[in-house]
Amino acid sequence: MIETNDLSKQFDGFWAVDGVSLKIQPGQVLALLGPNGAGKTTTVRMLTSVLSPSRGWAKVAGYDVVRESDKVRSSVGVLTEHHGLYGRMNAVEYLDFFGDLYRIDRKVRRQKIDCLLEQFGLGLVRKKRLGEYSKGMRQKLALVRALLHEPPVLLLDEPTSAMDPASSRLVRDAIHQLRSRDRTIVLCTHNLAEAEELADQIAIIQRGKIIHLDTLDSLKKKLLGSTHYVITYANRTRELIKWEDMGIQFPEGVEPVSVGDHQLEFKVDNPEQTNPELLQRLVSAGLQVISFSEVPRSLEQAYLEAVNHTQEYYEII
Amino acid sequence: MRLFDAVLPALVIARREVRDQFRDWRIIFPVVGLTVLFPFLMNFTANQILNFVREYGANIIGERLIPFLLMIVGFFPTSASLVISLETFVGEKERGSIEPLLNTPLKDWQLYMGKLLSSTVPPLISSYLGMGVYLAGISINRIPLPEPQMLVLIISLATVQAVVMVAGGVVVSSQATSVRAANLLASFIIIPVAFLVQGEAILMFWGNYQTLWWAVIGLTVLAFLLVRVGLAHFQREELLGREIDVLNIRWGVRVFWRSFSGNARSLLEWYRLVIAEGYRLLKIPFLIVTILVIAGVVIGMDQVNQFPFTIPASEISLSNGGYSSILKYLPFFSLGHVIAVWWQNVRVLLLAFVMGIFTFGVLGVLPVMATVGVAGYLIEILNRSGIQILPIVLGLIAPHGIIEIPAAILATALVLRAGAIMATPVPGKTVGEVWLESLGIWARTMTGVVIPLLFIAAVIEVWVTPRLASLILN
Repeated sequence: MIETNDLSKQFDGFWAVDGVSLKIQPGQVLALLGPNGAGKTTTVRMLTSVLSPSRGWAKVAGYDVVRESDKVRSSVGVLTEHHGLYGRMNAVEYLDFFGDLYRIDRKVRRQKIDCLLEQFGLGLVRKKRLGEYSKGMRQKLALVRALLHEPPVLLLDEPTSAMDPASSRLVRDAIHQLRSRDRTIVLCTHNLAEAEELADQIAIIQRGKIIHLDTLDSLKKKLLGSTHYVITYANRTRELIKWEDMGIQFPEGVEPVSVGDHQLEFKVDNPEQTNPELLQRLVSAGLQVISFSEVPRSLEQAYLEAVNHTQEYYEII
Repeated sequence: MRLFDAVLPALVIARREVRDQFRDWRIIFPVVGLTVLFPFLMNFTANQILNFVREYGANIIGERLIPFLLMIVGFFPTSASLVISLETFVGEKERGSIEPLLNTPLKDWQLYMGKLLSSTVPPLISSYLGMGVYLAGISINRIPLPEPQMLVLIISLATVQAVVMVAGGVVVSSQATSVRAANLLASFIIIPVAFLVQGEAILMFWGNYQTLWWAVIGLTVLAFLLVRVGLAHFQREELLGREIDVLNIRWGVRVFWRSFSGNARSLLEWYRLVIAEGYRLLKIPFLIVTILVIAGVVIGMDQVNQFPFTIPASEISLSNGGYSSILKYLPFFSLGHVIAVWWQNVRVLLLAFVMGIFTFGVLGVLPVMATVGVAGYLIEILNRSGIQILPIVLGLIAPHGIIEIPAAILATALVLRAGAIMATPVPGKTVGEVWLESLGIWARTMTGVVIPLLFIAAVIEVWVTPRLASLILN
């Protein structure tokens, strides 16, 4: 649904986006992460045919962003960084205006407007001037605008920024609902928990280049190493435990990291294969296992690792 | 039907904008003031001045004042419209509301036309209403209304003036980086229009209504060109791309130099470029200016019918040694005079360039047309006075004119091209870039061809033409 090859954009000799190649299938959500000024917004603008690439190409919903820009824009719903509403209009007028520009039949668009405003909790303020809306309400309305023409591709730039927790939850749930087999969603965000919750794939962009593109688990593994697990047990303290004395041999690929009172942390290369065996050996050796759990590692850790590592690289060169 | 479908999105944009404008009291207040209150004030002024001039028997001033005030009443609301048009694109950019619009399937021209319409229609309605109120007041006060032909003239003038100002304002707005920059650039519209209105006022009091119709035609062409320029250079990308109000002199010099030098590695290569590129770029403008020059001569000759003037043959003593005797008294044949003649020609062509910059090249053709027009007029005067023209042309014009006239035509063709290119879409280039490039082409052709040719022509004019003329005319 979205395919780019060597997509690049130069401004006055500076490559804001440099050689971005992506392939996002229908039904997938890609989170595009990166520091401020990394090239996220420029990439999105190229995908909406607002900026033309200096090099490379992109296809969105099967249309070329340069040659078929009108069709691309018809197929894309965009939540822009600055949602800039018209302060003297109300929500219904505003959405009706955009519905008209997307050539949605008047009757259909009225129904859709009512339905979406209700869904996003804006039904009661539908006749209120947009200048009087709170930041969160504006953000929700901008999202409604992006959804109005039921686009097969959604490009959402910071969809929950400036929202209170309840509204953020509402929008995230809406994005969950919007996932379908036919729809592709690109999410630009600094909210890494949100990306973790919503995205199938994570792309980290820095200085215009995609430095990592993978699924969440693979990315964590790649950036943070093997998965860590913790076993807690009842019958041994740190001083007393001697693995060799107990006749425990760890399976290959398991490496103890730390031992605490009633607790062992270790890392595993291939948990699907080694964890059941390890657990069996420990229990057989008489260890009274209370719990066996994965040490949670956030996308934030992986992201910071990626960004700092690349930053160091740029500083060196 | 297909045309209507294509125009419909532009109308949707225009409708929203017009509604929005009429919800803003800062717009409503001056519009209502200029539509209702100002015409009443003008009615009062008209009454007072009419009574005053009648006392002194200067009725003609009163007669001319009524249509003049009507023009002013029609003009004022359109002048307020400049504020709306100046912020139409750049204002939305500053408020962050332009990007959602740019993301819709609107084509560039639909968006541009929508904005243009929304900036034009309200001030025009206001202008017509204002004129209506003024005329109603005149009727109520039993002052004779201007003739229908005059009313049509003034309404046409107000309309095209409004379109020119709004179209200019929208061009500025689509190219400016901030509302502040747009307001500063507005002087490029306000000052010429102020001069224009002053000129119109003079013509109106003079009673030269025929010339005012020419002004209507000229403004219509200008309005068309401004809309064309706006459409040609409107780029979504540029609207979002430019953020900073900084005059990038280094970039400007680089673009100019690239165009001027053509990246040539030697003088010979540069000359080849100037000639080859010049021929490619300038053959059509050259042809057009040549036709205009011929038309200028013909118009000049025709003016003899308007302004007849004859020289008695007895007073003309160019033949029979008379010309040689004049030569004795004229201090020709010095380098100083060569430079004086050369500089005069260069100065006129520079003036043509300056005039052309602000008028898409249109007024840039005037100096050369006026010069050949005067020459045509004088030739026809001499012809009608019974003097043989051929020796005069061969002796006084041809020796240096054979170089000077093509050089002047070439320089004018450059100005015409620079003006035309501004109204032509150049993908991926900003207005500034296009302008600097055409400035580079103008400068290199002037430096490489026109100025040297004018110098050669000046040398001939000072050292050769008088001698040849002496030989031929004697």
